[in-house]
Amino acid sequence: MSRDIETDAASKEKLIEDVLSAYPDKFAKRRRKHLAVSKSPTEAAPDGESALSECDVKSNIKSIPGVMTIRGCAYAGSKGVVWGPVKDLVHISHGPVGCGHYSGSQRRNYYNGTTGVDAFVTLHVTSDFQERDIVFGGDKKLEKIIDELEVMFPLSRGITIQSECPVGLIGDDIEAVAKKKNKEINKTIIPVRCEGFRGVSQSLGHHIANDTIRDWVFDKKPIEFEGTPYDVNIIGDYNIGGDAWASRRLLEEIGLRVIGMWSGDATLAEMERAPKAKLNLIHCYRSMNYICRHMEEKHGVHWLEYNFFGPSQIAASLRKIAKEFGPEIEANAEKVIAKYQPMVDALLAKFKPRLEGKSVMLYVGGLRPRHVVDAYTDLGMEIVGTGYEFAHNDDYQRTGHYVKAGTLIYDDVTGYELEKFVEKIRPDLVGSGIKEKYPVQKMGIPFRQMHSWDYSGPYHGYDGFAIFARDMDLAINNPVWGLFTPPWKKSDEKYLEAAE
Amino acid sequence: MPQSAEKVLDHAKLFHEPEYQEMFARKREQFECPNSADAVAEQTAYLKSWEYREKNLAREAAVINPAKACQPLGAVFAAAGFEGTLSVVHGSQGCVSYYRSHLSRHFKEPCSAVSTSMTEDAAVFGGLNNMIDGLANAYKLYQPKMLAVSTTCMAEVIGDDLHAFIETARQKGSVPQDFSVPFAHTPAFVGSHVDGYDVAVKGVLDHFWKGKTRVANGKINIIPGFDGFCVGNNRELKRILDVMGVEYTLIQDASEQFDTPSDGEYRMYDGGTKLADVADALNAKATISLQHWCTRKTLDYAADAGQETASFNYPLGVGATDDLLMKISELSGKAIPDSITKERGRLVDAIADSQAYLHGKKYAIFGDPDFVYAMARFVLETGGEPTHVLATNGTTAWAEDMKKLLASSPFGKGCQVWAGKDLWHLRSILFTEPVDLLVGSSYGKFLEKDTGIPLVRLTFPIFDRHHHHRFPVIGYQGALRVLTSILDKVFDKLDADASKPGKDVSFDLTR
Repeated sequence: MSRDIETDAASKEKLIEDVLSAYPDKFAKRRRKHLAVSKSPTEAAPDGESALSECDVKSNIKSIPGVMTIRGCAYAGSKGVVWGPVKDLVHISHGPVGCGHYSGSQRRNYYNGTTGVDAFVTLHVTSDFQERDIVFGGDKKLEKIIDELEVMFPLSRGITIQSECPVGLIGDDIEAVAKKKNKEINKTIIPVRCEGFRGVSQSLGHHIANDTIRDWVFDKKPIEFEGTPYDVNIIGDYNIGGDAWASRRLLEEIGLRVIGMWSGDATLAEMERAPKAKLNLIHCYRSMNYICRHMEEKHGVHWLEYNFFGPSQIAASLRKIAKEFGPEIEANAEKVIAKYQPMVDALLAKFKPRLEGKSVMLYVGGLRPRHVVDAYTDLGMEIVGTGYEFAHNDDYQRTGHYVKAGTLIYDDVTGYELEKFVEKIRPDLVGSGIKEKYPVQKMGIPFRQMHSWDYSGPYHGYDGFAIFARDMDLAINNPVWGLFTPPWKKSDEKYLEAAE
Repeated sequence: MPQSAEKVLDHAKLFHEPEYQEMFARKREQFECPNSADAVAEQTAYLKSWEYREKNLAREAAVINPAKACQPLGAVFAAAGFEGTLSVVHGSQGCVSYYRSHLSRHFKEPCSAVSTSMTEDAAVFGGLNNMIDGLANAYKLYQPKMLAVSTTCMAEVIGDDLHAFIETARQKGSVPQDFSVPFAHTPAFVGSHVDGYDVAVKGVLDHFWKGKTRVANGKINIIPGFDGFCVGNNRELKRILDVMGVEYTLIQDASEQFDTPSDGEYRMYDGGTKLADVADALNAKATISLQHWCTRKTLDYAADAGQETASFNYPLGVGATDDLLMKISELSGKAIPDSITKERGRLVDAIADSQAYLHGKKYAIFGDPDFVYAMARFVLETGGEPTHVLATNGTTAWAEDMKKLLASSPFGKGCQVWAGKDLWHLRSILFTEPVDLLVGSSYGKFLEKDTGIPLVRLTFPIFDRHHHHRFPVIGYQGALRVLTSILDKVFDKLDADASKPGKDVSFDLTR
């Protein structure tokens, strides 16, 4: 295995060609469209109008069969991401037992509440389809399940029905069941057509879930609410390891009132009330831009993207947010930034010398391949490659704001490609998910899970940045990476001869 | 400001800081529209009642926290036990991501499997093209020795025919004519992961054995079954067989695949039963299974091929290991050596040393049918009382087997057998009829938290503790580890109960 570090654009272009040569021709051609090296701003836009580099890859199209795509499915997008963290609803994984079993409690969407009484996030509730349900349909069973859940969990505020593959294939009418049972039990029931075969990744599941909020939650009942000019919603933060809490704290500190959190630690009431806000603050653009656009059109609520990874982006985002609310909040934002600056300085003084100059490759889901770039830069680290599992074209446009020219960009990267890229570039750290963690570590390269923070976190906000910095340090600077080669394989040739 | 560079608090401590606690209270009061504290307290208490238990056990349709996974997971695990084999799962791609994550989270190891990535168009027109392209890409990119195909519920609902698809793909040049592509239909709406294991292993045997003439030899085939402890267990099994001098083929051995070393190289394939050995295994004298409920179809198939067959329920504990060794001895004609007899004696010695702490302890045990059976049997041997045994994927036939086992010992009296029930049922059961110890997988931690009953993690999956699977739990050596795990929990509880301030009577140095 090569330990050469290849950093320049030309060698990365060659690396792409090498990787593609392993595919059958037809699929090399298809995969080529997903791989690129980002250009400098002048190359990307010779007219000089665009100040940003471009990340020109094809995205949001079908994965090719027979490869280890890291992508999930629409069910994962709806149940695993958008709906699952809503705590006072019971989420039925409607279909066979597996999907709910594998997706249960693994994303660490923290919440406060009494599980099984008034909070249900870590439960796995399923209709456990058997052959007879496939043959005769699952609607009757679904009705019965809803009745039984009322007996088991009377304090729940409602139910979501998360469809698995067979439900759509056999033509069940879960919407009719939802309407009927809604009348009977007088609770919100939300049917979500997030069957795993829909779309090309979890991304469509996010969109479908957003649409069900629009269609089955908004404007269904009168909302009692006394507004203030400072009311905002946190949108697209799933509270992984408590991320949304670390973010909420900052927003409250600058004088805003967070009237809803979506969907980490969320209640149905917070979702119903959202259109009353003055502004929607969106962290994961990919998974929740749809509903923000809807609220803008229908309810006149503007939305603003922000990024709470790393002090540079936190400060920039706080200022951007504060600007929407006038001088008083702007002054507060400056105070808050100043308040945390000594902590940031101390963190950088401690960790930057240990991390400066280290290179990083990322491969994550919706926002992190770009959002965390500056958090690494704050620590003196450099991103040499990044890509998304399920981004759309607009995500790659946004990525241009963050990455430098010469960065390797890979969309829906296959296990094969990622391994080869990592092997050739040999970054000092890889940030991706559980499926990538162990192959990378076996190569002797430090790794952090950037979906779940490796059971750590939060990473958002100033409190989160302290943990982020510590975690990168503990990943990279652990002595274990020096133990991979036994001493007798390093220098003692006599011993080797004797052994042979 | 709770956070500082000197002392970085992560989630476990950070959110207990007053800033956060106050924020949580504010959020709850102002924005969550919560149920009243009284209503929550009342319902919390009600959940512990007999009345709730009765309603809970009357559930017919809703399943809450089932202790089982779906068939394809078993097939993916099974494929990992054969030399150079890559799983190809025919269906929508999210499933494969789940299987890979699930197995990686348990073993803390890479898990390889590819999907044929079926989407809406395949749902309408069938997945033949996905199979043709999928096999071609998997073969070229990952250079396997074998591609083991299984299905998801999607492919099964639309009725894709694996045999025909694979042959068509072969004709179209996706893989060479003589390349091995065994397959198994594994709909997720039938059975559970243990059944997926069964049909996948049978599929591999069928691929290599079909149409061949059997020339009997003296070897024994051993199939371990779906086992999250395969890393430690299979090695222990091989050690015992080698000590006995038995000629054997371990069919489906994932112990190397899920335990590759860290030395700078990532091995996508490692270990596994050699394909030549699988082919030769047709000629064996007998095929025995360490887990009856994981291998019923496979054993029938081996019997049809003309072999003797026998099955066990996970050889954990004294009697279960005795039975296995005697059967192997009988089949192979090899005596059980003194060194192993001595190991047995040491295990019995250990049980005798600790019996005072184990006698009369009440247990709830949950997990896959064979594990639950074996664990209950071992508990009986230590003078413990299995009180509730539960397998969500247990059948009525399994329940009958369990009842026979429990009836064989005075310590099994009064034990209730819960076939097909889930962990939300078990929660009610534990509140109304509590036990001293809970034995199962990591999923038991929610029960431990709610009921206060200590959990001993001894079966798949174990997500929240590290390296347990590296040590055997089968055989006499494995039983020692099981014994120690239980005792550690007993002593930890004893010490914790005796160390409350001002109430530290019984906080003894020597136990």
